[in-house]
Amino acid sequence: MAALLDVRDLSVRFPSAEPVKGVSFTANPGEMLAIVGESGSGKSLTALALMGLLPRQARAGGQISFDGRDLLSLRERDLRRIRGRDIAMIFQEPMTSLNPVLTIGDQIVEVLRIHEDLSRRHARARAIELLELVSIPEPARRIDDYPHQLSGGMRQRVMIAIAVACNPKLLIADEATTALDVTIQAQVLQLLDNLRVKLNMAVILITHDLGIVAQWADRVVVMYAGRKIEEGFPGPVFDTPYHPYTRGLLAASPRLKADYHYSDGPLSEIPGSIISASGERGCSFRPRCPVARPACAFAVPELLSVSAERQVACPYVPIPSEVAHVASVGR
Amino acid sequence: MSLLSVDNLSTHYPGAAGTVRAVDGVSLEIAEGETVALVGESGCGKSTLGKSLMRLVTPSSGRVHFQGRDVTAMSSKELQSIRRSVQMIFQDPFASLNPRQTIRTILTAPLAVHGVSGRKRREEIAAQMVEHVGLPADALDRFPHEFSGGQRQRIGIARALILQPQLVICDEPVSALDLSIQAQILNLLVEMKTELSLSYLFISHDLSVVRYFADRVLVMYLGRIVESAATSDLWRGAKHPYTQALLAAVPDPSRRKQAAPITGDLPSPHNPPAGCRFHIRCPLATGICRTEDPIFRQLAGGHAVACHHAQ
Amino acid sequence: MNKLGTYAAETIDLEPPARAETARPATNPAAQPAAQPRWTHIHAPDVRASAVRSTAWRGLRREFKVFLSNPNALFGVAFLLVVALSALLASVIYPSDPMEMVARPFLWPGQNVTYPLGTDSMGRDVLAGILHGARISLTVGIAATLLGLSAGILIGATAGYFGGIVDDILVKFIEIFQTIPSFVLLVVLVAIAQPTTGTVTVAIATVSWPTVARLTRAEFRAIREKDYVLAARSLGFGHARIIFREILPNALPPLIVTSSVMVASAILMESALSFMGLGDPNRISWGSMIGAGRDVIRTAWYLTALPGLAIVFTVLALNLIGDGLNDALNPRFSEER
Repeated sequence: MAALLDVRDLSVRFPSAEPVKGVSFTANPGEMLAIVGESGSGKSLTALALMGLLPRQARAGGQISFDGRDLLSLRERDLRRIRGRDIAMIFQEPMTSLNPVLTIGDQIVEVLRIHEDLSRRHARARAIELLELVSIPEPARRIDDYPHQLSGGMRQRVMIAIAVACNPKLLIADEATTALDVTIQAQVLQLLDNLRVKLNMAVILITHDLGIVAQWADRVVVMYAGRKIEEGFPGPVFDTPYHPYTRGLLAASPRLKADYHYSDGPLSEIPGSIISASGERGCSFRPRCPVARPACAFAVPELLSVSAERQVACPYVPIPSEVAHVASVGR
Repeated sequence: MSLLSVDNLSTHYPGAAGTVRAVDGVSLEIAEGETVALVGESGCGKSTLGKSLMRLVTPSSGRVHFQGRDVTAMSSKELQSIRRSVQMIFQDPFASLNPRQTIRTILTAPLAVHGVSGRKRREEIAAQMVEHVGLPADALDRFPHEFSGGQRQRIGIARALILQPQLVICDEPVSALDLSIQAQILNLLVEMKTELSLSYLFISHDLSVVRYFADRVLVMYLGRIVESAATSDLWRGAKHPYTQALLAAVPDPSRRKQAAPITGDLPSPHNPPAGCRFHIRCPLATGICRTEDPIFRQLAGGHAVACHHAQ
Repeated sequence: MNKLGTYAAETIDLEPPARAETARPATNPAAQPAAQPRWTHIHAPDVRASAVRSTAWRGLRREFKVFLSNPNALFGVAFLLVVALSALLASVIYPSDPMEMVARPFLWPGQNVTYPLGTDSMGRDVLAGILHGARISLTVGIAATLLGLSAGILIGATAGYFGGIVDDILVKFIEIFQTIPSFVLLVVLVAIAQPTTGTVTVAIATVSWPTVARLTRAEFRAIREKDYVLAARSLGFGHARIIFREILPNALPPLIVTSSVMVASAILMESALSFMGLGDPNRISWGSMIGAGRDVIRTAWYLTALPGLAIVFTVLALNLIGDGLNDALNPRFSEER
């Protein structure tokens, strides 16, 4: 199956900074790809670049191949036809992502009538269907509610309904569950996964929550300071992380260290913060890296393909053949 | 005698659509040197409870006793002495520091207000505190906007600890921070606890952090405490259906592609349901749950629940 | 420990899987000695924090830079300085009373070099009048604004901070003043009291404080809910300290912007009063000059135009400064508050 989305060397430049520095990844139909990173990693800007929604002063470079076309070379007019219909996005804040002066029905109908040639009556019927699809109770009644009459979880579902209204091939969820309570988050993630299967949609889940990634993602890309530093299946990446940043992140996460209490010892820290990455000529993670070598300061490490699905941007990674040998001998 | 003892505390606000019963009959105790966590989702009233304990909002009824003294009945003068002993760390590192004040001012002002005389002495204490929380010494001359989120939170911690309180109420102190910074701040809080013999009331919605950080956990739902247990006991066997649902909803790598979500939305504190507040979303709800509000009763081993069905 | 080869042609020690490091985390051996393990952050000094800039202006540097890079604002400041200079040097250049008749009436500007801007219907020097008038305008403008600001900030801050019944009463009080048409009130006040520069100043202040009070009240109500104010309360700070040290410095930016516009309105109000003959009869002001030239506007229009231009440009300068202040103070303000 050819990749639906093939991003090659995507970079986003501002006059004074380059928050995304050459990121490449792919997304396949029906797959959930997670892009993990903390603040400053560039993950949200990557998502905006895919939609062509970067701020005015930003310049995108590289290639974004979607369904055979390079999105970066398209005119705004053509991009508008793709947005909402083939690629859709849902955002973090359900409070501000919906227009407060339009009913939710109006907002869904609006999207339907822009991209598909439906009469108002048909669009409204389809809107009610969509509300049912996203499990809004009593959709025929609630279609005329305003956003402020709905709870946060409901609003997020409405946003999802708007996003999948035209059966997009790709759905980008930018921290879509971060602002939700954990029980509502579970509902929304289950909904996204069901829709992924039902509509054979590719879903890019942008998040900083490793637990969500471990539970829901088919593949994970880890970003740091504008670069991809690790990629692979969640199981192996979380069991044996290779990049020191991924290792540090997993070690620092109380969620994935069950049964660990402060009386057992401190949490592993990654010292410093992302700010130390600015101005680094070599590896951006070097100032915080516990195994940094002098050579790390001079060249940005290349992405190594450790195995078919696994990539790491750090040369101090054990070569798999040796790992296999040692494992068979027994540690 | 426990450090803090709360007896049937309620805080109601007049709201646009009727009274908001943010905290509705909460009783709890915190012993010296203990870290008690208060968990719940939005609208459960945990933040309001924290502020009510410090009388930053005025409770509507009930009593709060700190070291045996009744805080709820104190005059503002008497309250001043409590201020030294109970402090708060806030959630948003970007909003909790006055943007127009230097760190020096932020840290020395509380000392001046509480009678630490001599500017030099105050500056010494501030400088010590700044180093204690892991910031460089030249931080004193800077403004909050020159620091990152994690560093600002360190300043917030320094400010809370500079008066050497006994109890610190932490209102979601790491929720707004990146994962790698969370670990730093949590470790700092643990260190400060041992060094300064503190007790914490740790308010959070993140169960994983609570599991690491707390000695005892109180679970709140719609203004009431529904379960109270030691941390390990809670994770080994939660008794209240809401706690069970909460724990099940935490992303779990071992349950691939399968959430175990509970149905329904979080109710609003304007109109709590009759009977047990949770009965609408509860898989175990029976007739009695719809009519009678369960009392908070003690089970074996320091575990307490407010549920008709729990044993 | 087993060593593994790596792609970098170096060997590393085989580490157990990342799960649960119960020992202390691996720290960079080149950093702090093990005796102080808690300061693990130090081997990653934040770039922001390591650049020490100890200028005292650091706090407001950015605002100044933005303001000074705005050409309109700079023009405004320059012109205002010219006006201020004229006000200061008026007595030096023209030591005699500008209301003295000194020459033939109705001399046009440029006709006689000693009277570059000509003379009016009574033979008074127009330029002297303009320079002395600058004094009145600026004095009344600034003094009235300062008075109005003080009263407005005090009342607004009290209402906004305390809320409840105090707020209700003060808001009613503000509303009373706002419902009376301001110019009518101004005229009535000046008519009741003796028309001197002082009474005109107080009258203008009385008319302009309600806007300041409303603005201050709104700011205080918003800032009162901020976490850092809550923190101040939890630290036991008293009301006065919170109002003046915590809230007011953060409430100032919109007030500063408003104040420049207030000076402009005060000047306009003073000119209007003087134009109608309700100002201080012993002082010459731009407004009174316009008023005096009203009857001969068809023939000697310069008598109206010149002081009129002075007013226009001064008000323009103040508005430009106000805009510049707005640009400088607001964007940061909206992210920082």
